[in-house]
Amino acid sequence: MTQDQTAEPVADPAPRAFLDVRDLRIHFPTDDGLVKSVDGLSFTLERGRTLGIVGESGSGKSVTSLGLLGLHNRRNAKVSGEIWVDGQEVVGSSPEQVRRMRGRKMSMIFQDPLSSMHPLYTIGAQIIEAYRIHNNVSKDVARKHAIDMLGRVGIPQPDRRVDDYPHQFSGGMRQRAMIAMALSCDPELLIADEPTTALDVTVQAQILDLIRDLQEEFDSAVIMITHDLGVVAELSDDILVMYGGRCVEYGSAEDVFHRPEHPYTWGLLGSMPRLDRDRSERLIPIKGSPPSLINVPVGCAFSPRCAYAELNDGRSETERPELREIAPGHRVACHLGREDRHRIWTEEIRPRL
Amino acid sequence: MTTPDSEVVADQRPAGDGDDALLEVRGLRKHFPVTRGAIVKRQVGAVKAVDGVDFTVRMGETLGLVGESGCGKTTTGRMITRLLEPSDGQIIFEGQDITHVSQAKMRPLRRDLQMIFQDPYSSLNPRKTVGTIIGAPFRLQGIETEHGVKRAVQDLLEVVGLNPEHYNRYPHEFSGGQRQRIGIARTLAMRPKLIVADEPVSALDVSIQAQVVNLLEDLQEEFNLTYVVIAHDLSVVRHIADRVGVMYLGKMVELADGEGLYNSPMHPYTVALLSAVPIPDPAKRKGRERVRLQGDVPSPLNPPPACRFHTRCWKAQEICGTVEPPLVEVIPGHRVACHFPENAPEGAGAKVTKAAEEAGLTEQSG
Repeated sequence: MTQDQTAEPVADPAPRAFLDVRDLRIHFPTDDGLVKSVDGLSFTLERGRTLGIVGESGSGKSVTSLGLLGLHNRRNAKVSGEIWVDGQEVVGSSPEQVRRMRGRKMSMIFQDPLSSMHPLYTIGAQIIEAYRIHNNVSKDVARKHAIDMLGRVGIPQPDRRVDDYPHQFSGGMRQRAMIAMALSCDPELLIADEPTTALDVTVQAQILDLIRDLQEEFDSAVIMITHDLGVVAELSDDILVMYGGRCVEYGSAEDVFHRPEHPYTWGLLGSMPRLDRDRSERLIPIKGSPPSLINVPVGCAFSPRCAYAELNDGRSETERPELREIAPGHRVACHLGREDRHRIWTEEIRPRL
Repeated sequence: MTTPDSEVVADQRPAGDGDDALLEVRGLRKHFPVTRGAIVKRQVGAVKAVDGVDFTVRMGETLGLVGESGCGKTTTGRMITRLLEPSDGQIIFEGQDITHVSQAKMRPLRRDLQMIFQDPYSSLNPRKTVGTIIGAPFRLQGIETEHGVKRAVQDLLEVVGLNPEHYNRYPHEFSGGQRQRIGIARTLAMRPKLIVADEPVSALDVSIQAQVVNLLEDLQEEFNLTYVVIAHDLSVVRHIADRVGVMYLGKMVELADGEGLYNSPMHPYTVALLSAVPIPDPAKRKGRERVRLQGDVPSPLNPPPACRFHTRCWKAQEICGTVEPPLVEVIPGHRVACHFPENAPEGAGAKVTKAAEEAGLTEQSG
């Protein structure tokens, strides 16, 4: 899947893109078998752009983000492939080297701010610590910077709130503090793993606006990991749809939402009730449930749930479809023929959405 | 403990409570006491989780309750099913006042009044088999089934789309969506009339959500069920609910049929809530007018006086901080509690204000 995705062969040492992920594989050997959480994922991302990674639970999207930051457990995870961040390779680097990149070059906003902040340290202390590791400054300077960052993310009275503990913040404020911490060293790559899932809609809208504004200000590359198609549509330039540890569709936001080509993407769009359309009588769910990553179906991982699998003369069950470019910048991994896909989308799927 | 101005709402008879009303809730309140002191506990305040809510649920309809976390929607649901004791107000189910009915007297009623829980992982006992879990209602209610409990349970499993052969499996062997189906099967065992579903799909993946939503709709048709669906996801509620109530800080601020509420929301909070929902269409990203609310929801320990929303409302005027707007039917089937409603006909706000004043007068004289 990778070779036809990147123009250069995998061994090419000088990537042109800011972030270049090539054939990333993250496997976990367990007693029950090998869990292939990420199995051959490749994509590139430039600064100032946003990539949305969409998928259900267990599709490998969060493991991807941990792998990018080198946060996976090195004892039980087997990582292969290459991750180039601004000309520096992550997978082959020592933990010490990755630690120096983390925070400064790349940083992460986690889903649950309450469990990803230390409850016994003040918000300020946690931001100051991160800042002082990467910058040789005095405590006072770092504190001023922390207050400044808290103010930038919209926390009222940051000079007072800097000495509060995480439990004294509300959910939305905690997520803002988390963003302030992630941005304190001006990272060039920001990974947001379900940043708004735990929040209410009105707060979610505030946080999404904030991420968008800060991205413009810092010109960073953003990876937005979520299961909410609405959130990706709001923020992303490009969208990567993951299923069973692999990419099944990649394209610009317009392509994926208006000209989706993979039956799984159709299913996701059909199973979601939408406020911007007339109320439909029935949702169109995808049958079955997501596969276990220990026993990913042979052939196309989506074939047991796919309504069109039988159109492929049995290839769906035997042969894994490669990710192929079908239009500039739009790649799909599906056995269905071009005409079939177009016909099904325009005749069967789109009218029902 | 009850503030006099919130009594206003309780005096209003809910609209449309004809013969077809299955459940009627009047002036329902739940205040959780906040105590201090280790040995001698004294009450220092109260969390006004639900503070004067009234609505009716008609036979065969689906009422959606939406709102942000902390608005009291779950507490309302738990009071309806009497899992929580109401502090004040009335719950009338099929003409019978069940507000303070004892546990023993409640038990036969539980056949008609069931609940679906949010988290399919914590609402099933991990040490019991699926058969035992779904069969429990039969044993508890002492119901004789024609072909034995096992057969009844297997029929139920089939109804909710699970394999009847999975009778002897344990909950951990099932996925999230399947567990939610088990929860639904357990709820259906007694063929209830009213089901309160508290966030029935929010813990599930998108593709599974649609399956469960469709299942709930099919079951409603098949067994003539009435639902109260509590959810924070506005698009899911729009899809399944006939009427929708919007709650904010323990109050119902708007109650209308689904189309009316989503097409022409009247309360500024509803407007803000709807405009905050991300639209899954990148083409509509630009040029969308957004109402951005500032700050967070105030604490229910010490909610703002009068209209609870006036601290964050862009239309708020002086009156909003002094006179509480009652929930008034401004056009048929559309009730709103706001002095300055949006998308409303001329004089709707004045109608609300007048109702508030009238209620205030009766209060002073009485």
